[in-house]
Amino acid sequence: MPYTVKTFSQTSEAANALSSARRTHYMAGGTLIMRAMNEGDQSFDTVIRSTDPTLSQIKQSAARIEIGAGATMAQVMASSELAFLHSAAHAVGGPAIRNIASVGGNLFARCPYGDFTAALLVLDATVSVAGGYSGHDMPLEEFLAVRNREPHQLVSAISIARPATSDAFRFLKFSRVKPARKSVLSIAAHLPQSGGRVSGARIAYCGMAETPIRVPAVERSLEGKPLDEASIAQACAVACEGTSPSTDPIASDWYRREVAPVYLKRLLMGQTSRRA
Amino acid sequence: MTKSPLQFRHNGKDTAVFVEGGENLLSALRGETGDTTLKYGCGQGSCGACTVLIDGEIHLSCMTLAETCAGKSVETLDGLADGPNLHPLQTAFMENFSAQCGFCTSGMLMAAKALLDRNPSPTRDDVIEAIGGNVCRCTGYEPIINAILDAAGRRSDFIAQRR
Repeated sequence: MPYTVKTFSQTSEAANALSSARRTHYMAGGTLIMRAMNEGDQSFDTVIRSTDPTLSQIKQSAARIEIGAGATMAQVMASSELAFLHSAAHAVGGPAIRNIASVGGNLFARCPYGDFTAALLVLDATVSVAGGYSGHDMPLEEFLAVRNREPHQLVSAISIARPATSDAFRFLKFSRVKPARKSVLSIAAHLPQSGGRVSGARIAYCGMAETPIRVPAVERSLEGKPLDEASIAQACAVACEGTSPSTDPIASDWYRREVAPVYLKRLLMGQTSRRA
Repeated sequence: MTKSPLQFRHNGKDTAVFVEGGENLLSALRGETGDTTLKYGCGQGSCGACTVLIDGEIHLSCMTLAETCAGKSVETLDGLADGPNLHPLQTAFMENFSAQCGFCTSGMLMAAKALLDRNPSPTRDDVIEAIGGNVCRCTGYEPIINAILDAAGRRSDFIAQRR
């Protein structure tokens, strides 16, 4: 089925076009929308694109980094300022996919895709939405909660906090086939320490719910404790609290619950995915 | 719905075709230019059978909106050999028995070319990483990895000959 493709040079024009028609989708890199079009998805007939170069910019300030929603995983991996995110970007597809898969698009990927979004969740991410005539920012968790109810939003950028220290951020992906297959699950953690104790822990999963989620039970169990065998065991005991993994061709919900504590333990003990 | 004109370079030659709205590059190349060396595998970006190089970068043609290639250079397996002279990768694939059913071969060769173009002396891990998005259901990958490493050794001679 042919589609109408509308390309705009300004993000605001694209956002207006997106919000003013119902049967439209926004295309960033194309990994989600091209797939839908190849399958003849008839739930939309118009594709909105933007060639605005600001969409792929990476800007730094003292405490935070703003990543344009159109920045690709390959761009993230080429950025020395985003070295801590290289392992999470590397978890997305193979080299060809990483050349088109965008940071903004990853926010819309359905689990078990969306590994990169778990990493953003632990870095206190906020999402800039260029919707209609007025843009606004919202916390990533809030955005994920409403993304399916409000599909006509154009994400223009994602702002993240820098990790407290280079080893405070950790990321681990578990897939059955390496190096580039769907996740059974992935786990991201930001574990700042003060006086040898965890202070402000943030843990997030991809693959353990409909969208990437934070895991407050694990965060609470680690708070104020040293990262030792006892605290890690306590964290693993509540690893699946608040999760609702689904069953898909990669793994059953039971299997995901079984392996989540195993991989959480490995992550907390320092094992991470390779950095490319 | 009317088709739109699209101009790009296809294996070094200026090419003009007409594409439908939303048509992917794979369909445009196979249907409009007759280049059937790139294969339709999954249409979901999962198998790598349709791998091409766009401005030298590895891409999946099924995931690429054809109209975004206007003015760009697209390389496919069809342009790999120099007339009757096979590219070192093709020779190495043949000699290492790296193709069985052959459906993945086109994509594997283009992924390998993308690797060798930027890294003429890859390690085994580099090769595994480079073909990480390409699925082969026949060979078990080992002959393919061996062929790419083999080709890396021959390639410098081939480039010298083409010059």
